[in-house]
Amino acid sequence: METTHARTELIGKAAARPARRRRARQVGSPVLWFAAPAMAIYALIVLYPSLAGAYYAFTDWSGIGSAKWIGLENFKTLFRDEQSFGSLVNTLKLTAFIVVVQNAIGLALALAVHTRIKSRNVLRVLFFAPAVLSPVVIAFLWKYMLNPEPDAGLNAMLGFLGLGFLQQNWLGDPSVALWAIGLTVVWQFAGFSMVIFLAALQGIPRELEEAAAIDGAGRFQRLHRIVLPLIAPAMTINLTLSTIGGLKLFDQVFAITNGGPGYSTETLSTLIYKQAFVFGAYGYSTAVALVLTLLVAGLALLQVRYLQGREVTY
Amino acid sequence: MLPRYRPRTFALELLMIFVALLFAYPVYVLVNLSLKTPHEIAEASIGPPSHLETANYSNAWNGAHLGAAMMNSTIITVASLVCLIMIGSTAAYYVARTQSKLSYGMYLLFLLGIVLPFQLALVPLYRFLTDTGLLGSYTSMVLFYTGLQIPFTIFLYAGFLRALPREYGEAALVDGANHWQSFTRVTFPLLRPVTGTVIILNAVFIWNDFLTPLIYLGGTPNETLPVVVYQFVGQYVSNWGYIFAAVVMASLPILVVFLLLQRYVIRGFTSGLKG
Repeated sequence: METTHARTELIGKAAARPARRRRARQVGSPVLWFAAPAMAIYALIVLYPSLAGAYYAFTDWSGIGSAKWIGLENFKTLFRDEQSFGSLVNTLKLTAFIVVVQNAIGLALALAVHTRIKSRNVLRVLFFAPAVLSPVVIAFLWKYMLNPEPDAGLNAMLGFLGLGFLQQNWLGDPSVALWAIGLTVVWQFAGFSMVIFLAALQGIPRELEEAAAIDGAGRFQRLHRIVLPLIAPAMTINLTLSTIGGLKLFDQVFAITNGGPGYSTETLSTLIYKQAFVFGAYGYSTAVALVLTLLVAGLALLQVRYLQGREVTY
Repeated sequence: MLPRYRPRTFALELLMIFVALLFAYPVYVLVNLSLKTPHEIAEASIGPPSHLETANYSNAWNGAHLGAAMMNSTIITVASLVCLIMIGSTAAYYVARTQSKLSYGMYLLFLLGIVLPFQLALVPLYRFLTDTGLLGSYTSMVLFYTGLQIPFTIFLYAGFLRALPREYGEAALVDGANHWQSFTRVTFPLLRPVTGTVIILNAVFIWNDFLTPLIYLGGTPNETLPVVVYQFVGQYVSNWGYIFAAVVMASLPILVVFLLLQRYVIRGFTSGLKG
């Protein structure tokens, strides 16, 4: 009797085991409360105000009284108004400049530092250092560097190098000012691109390059066929981050030229700031912010999809 | 490939030292001008100062109230980091250790926050903080940075947690611990490397952030370092000696921390942004 009872119990246990295991797995998941504080503060600070911003973009909200729905009026103004449309064009030009130059220099520095040179560790720290500093504080350094005097700042350096013909009235000439601001951004963040590229270069197995060298591949062939494809993930990150950073650029423009001379360096971010906090045109400001949001999200997604398609592993 | 040190390597070494000097030239100008009198600066030459005008430093320090600004920046940065680590790691624990549509949807919603420019939320949030009377307070900035950086923080923690074997935490659960105990005693200590990355990336961002504290703190005694330097420059428009002394002093704290921890900072940036 007892043994049969014990046996049925055993069988019963065996039958119950899958169910219990399933239950154990359910108990095994952390409860939703773990994520609740994060979701609450994210909803309060980002989600709700962003949705509200997207709504106000279609109104004439001025902060006083109620907001009236005006449809696409703000967006029509954005594309018609010279200053606003100009700031969109400036933002795109500046972003293209930063993305190309910052990453080209970053890659060149990474390749140069990823060698046997004795100064490589010092150089790595030196080139990266500006990236941890406050952009607005560093902008004031560059505001002086870009002064028009031939014997001071950047012009003095160009003169010393025998490149006097490149001397400019950097911030006074509307056709130069935007690129001058791009230059300050590149100076500050080329080292940032460099460390991302460098980490990828250090991850390439040495045998691959050696094998290619033995097979007779020259320096540029190796770079083109082996190194660049293998650091494509770093390229994706760098291009995406510098695109987002360029599109949102505010501090440097605000501190160095505040959009001038004229509107020649006005960007979407400075326009958003001025429309809201100088002119009180909250509705219009959020409309510009919505355009910026669509640009950032759209370009970031496009880049990631296109560039990730080109990544390889050997 | 790292071949041996050859004449060609030496040529590259020389070239790179030259490039480094050009790169560091603005820093020379910065320190040089910060030690000159207005009269000498007006001569617009790049030579060294005839005597060291250290009064620029004391005047900038007192005139800009840099000490108080550093205190404000430190309080806001540290408080935001504590909040981000606490609620970011727990939320990541939920999304990485739960397999349900809800947790996946939540993770995607958090990821959206990484690409969403905060400019869209800027004005409505400004109105909200004004209405609740929080505008200008430390609390407003700590709330703001926690909400703004929580997506990226969760992204970092969740990536690390997915690569971490579940068995560590499950062993504690089997022994009768609840999830909270298992997380705080076992899993969280194992997250130390990624917590380092979270601290580095968020600290650099929060310490240097300018636009939001300018709008939310401008005109209050709680202004952070970048805002205070901005206001100071506005006050002494072309007194470059004062301005540059302020720029040097405002940059030193983070620069010193970076140089002391450079290995960890660079690793933090590369590991955190690779994922």
